[in-house]
Amino acid sequence: MKTKMKLAALALSAVMAAGPALAELVFPSLSYRTGPYAAGGAPFADGYADYFTLLNERDGGIGGVKTKVIECETGYNTEKGVECYEATKGEGSLVYQPLSTGITYQLIPKASADGIPLHTMGYGRTSAADGTVFKWAFNYPANYWQGASVAINHILDINGGDIKGKKIALLYHNSAYGKEPIRTLEELSKKHGFELTLIPVDHPGQEQKSQWLQIRREKPDYVLMWGWGVMNQVAIQEAANIRFPMDHFIGIWWSGSENDVLPAGAAADGYKALNFHNVGSDYPIFADIKKYVVDAGKAAGSGDNVGTVLYNRGLYAAMLAAEAARKAQELSGKKDITPADMRDGMEALEITEARMVELGMPNFGPAFKVTCANHGGPGKAAVQQWDANAKKWKLVSDFYEPDMEVIQPLIKADAEAYAKENGITPRECK
Amino acid sequence: MFYREAGDFKTSYVEDSQTFPIRLDRRGYYAIIFIAFAVIPFLINDYWANAVFVPFLIYSIAAIGLNILTGYAGQVSLGTGGFMAVGAFACYKLMTAFPEINIIFHILISGGITAAVGMAFGLPSLRIKGFYLAVATLAAQFFLVWLFNKVPWFYNYSASGQISAPERTVFGIAVTGPHTAAWAKYMISLVFVFVLAWVARNLTRGTVGRKWMAIRDMDIAAEIIGVNPLPAKLSAFAVSSFFVGIAGALFFAVYLGAAEVGEAFGPQKSFLVLFMIIIGGLGSIFGSFAGAAFMVLLPVLLKNVLVGGLGWPTDLAAQFEIMLVGALIIIFLIAEPHGIAQLWRITKEKLRLWPFPH
Repeated sequence: MKTKMKLAALALSAVMAAGPALAELVFPSLSYRTGPYAAGGAPFADGYADYFTLLNERDGGIGGVKTKVIECETGYNTEKGVECYEATKGEGSLVYQPLSTGITYQLIPKASADGIPLHTMGYGRTSAADGTVFKWAFNYPANYWQGASVAINHILDINGGDIKGKKIALLYHNSAYGKEPIRTLEELSKKHGFELTLIPVDHPGQEQKSQWLQIRREKPDYVLMWGWGVMNQVAIQEAANIRFPMDHFIGIWWSGSENDVLPAGAAADGYKALNFHNVGSDYPIFADIKKYVVDAGKAAGSGDNVGTVLYNRGLYAAMLAAEAARKAQELSGKKDITPADMRDGMEALEITEARMVELGMPNFGPAFKVTCANHGGPGKAAVQQWDANAKKWKLVSDFYEPDMEVIQPLIKADAEAYAKENGITPRECK
Repeated sequence: MFYREAGDFKTSYVEDSQTFPIRLDRRGYYAIIFIAFAVIPFLINDYWANAVFVPFLIYSIAAIGLNILTGYAGQVSLGTGGFMAVGAFACYKLMTAFPEINIIFHILISGGITAAVGMAFGLPSLRIKGFYLAVATLAAQFFLVWLFNKVPWFYNYSASGQISAPERTVFGIAVTGPHTAAWAKYMISLVFVFVLAWVARNLTRGTVGRKWMAIRDMDIAAEIIGVNPLPAKLSAFAVSSFFVGIAGALFFAVYLGAAEVGEAFGPQKSFLVLFMIIIGGLGSIFGSFAGAAFMVLLPVLLKNVLVGGLGWPTDLAAQFEIMLVGALIIIFLIAEPHGIAQLWRITKEKLRLWPFPH
């Protein structure tokens, strides 16, 4: 009798849990915790999930509506990405963040047709910054072309503004992701008179002997790196092997996490990478994460990534999504927003310093504003440097402004080419 | 008992040599064709099309193509991914260069271009055999991927090297691009699969197929009885690459919509298709379908059961899925080294006699 009662209660609670009655804000997370890029995918997914758990536990969701994160494993594979997108889009998904340039290229047309916004923060298709052509895609606060420009600005800064005749090599993942900065760097090399060498590394990048032999032979003054996953670790190790000066080796923001530098040990000391948000766990929000999420046993994954660079990036992505959802609730006047409302919210998003302080993340990232025509944000980024003794990243520069004079025409040209190929008429932005 | 041929009389040679000589088989085949063409299109939704049917159908074409080369003609190839890339990039160049021509022709021409490329890489097969040929085709795989990455003309000088399929229509209905309806995607794949499987079946049981099999079983003996190895081997490469090229074109244009050569057509694709035909059964059209179903559908099914049904964490489920699929492959091959097709043949034999095996 007793077991029967228990069973009945269990069944009832199962029905209640599965019941549709409660409105939820659904944020799908196309994550990858397996495969050659898992070392980068897992901390990002943890940060993304933990922020929404925190909102649910501390504030009861966004504007009183609970949030729900649906994870789907892609393994950085586009076919699985398609499967994940199709599996989750029917659940009321508000915004997609695939964390893969390949999957982003797939989803830009699909999500636009389905009317679901796409946020590719610091990756994806750079020309999605042109809001007149890419109505549903956003890549604020920074993109690869801005990253390339910031890296060059940093080199200019170190060299007192003159890098004529210097040799700069780009070591890149031989894929859509790694090829993104090439065009910008070519333009910049014309403008500043440096010599650019392109050195591709094929997926997944475990073998880079020949590339580093080439670097050793040609002795570039600086090496820029567009790498991801295991490629970063191998590159830093190889750079150490040929005794390349580490502070002349600058990675993009996806080549600057703890996972990338720790395997090389003390030899990685001084390695630089870009970043568009701050590092470390010295912010009030981390006390809340500890109290409501980690100590409550609700942390995503194994819970040991809190405070790492990529965890912070996941957290930052989730914060921007949550703020956009809040904005959308405000604009539409309803609590339970649709993907279309979410898009309007993202387009009207404004992150101020005051708001960052309220959120417990003072100085975590730059203040910026998204507009109808500019989905890309200001593109400010800073340089962080690895301290191998303290095992910590530290920002060593201010947030640089990218050279939009060079980048804006490129964005416009690429967006126009896309619009022409796909028969899109750019919309008017007031 | 269930499956018998007693009373199933044939009165003409045509009847005797048909593909499905047993009545029950034939009815099953007609039933499947009817369901595939007249029932599924009305029930299908985006998830079933994009995650299940379209990849299954397209991989079936690739598996049939490789099976013609490896299973029927005995030439081991590890270049399938590279040849799929040729089909995909040919289709992309044709789609963007001649937007006024129907996509069906583009896909067929892509197959033709791939056939030409396949024949060029098939030439060494006249001198080298077995593992050495496998290595030569693996070189084709790496060369083709490198080529499509290196030469910007192939991807129309886009900044990232990605190719994306613009919208194209057949009879006014979009079959590529983001606005394609699930049923349209499914139907175009199905039509290609149906026609190509029919062609493959009839090629392999005619003169051409017999020549291929003679070469496969013993090439010197084949030469002595009058099979010229040059046209036999090259025709196998051409037909196989034609199929694989069409699979690549559909894979890019209809299924993915955007592709990146290293990611979508890397060596792992060659191995995936090779596993399909080994698990499905070498030298069998049914085996190609069975192998494609096994390799494409099983991971999706496992994911849905483990994550959707049992609520496992996604990473644990993904790892477990890799282990389970690997274990199943080994178990299958130990239980029946000739693949699922042979398993099915044995089952049929048993069912004929059941329940009185003596």
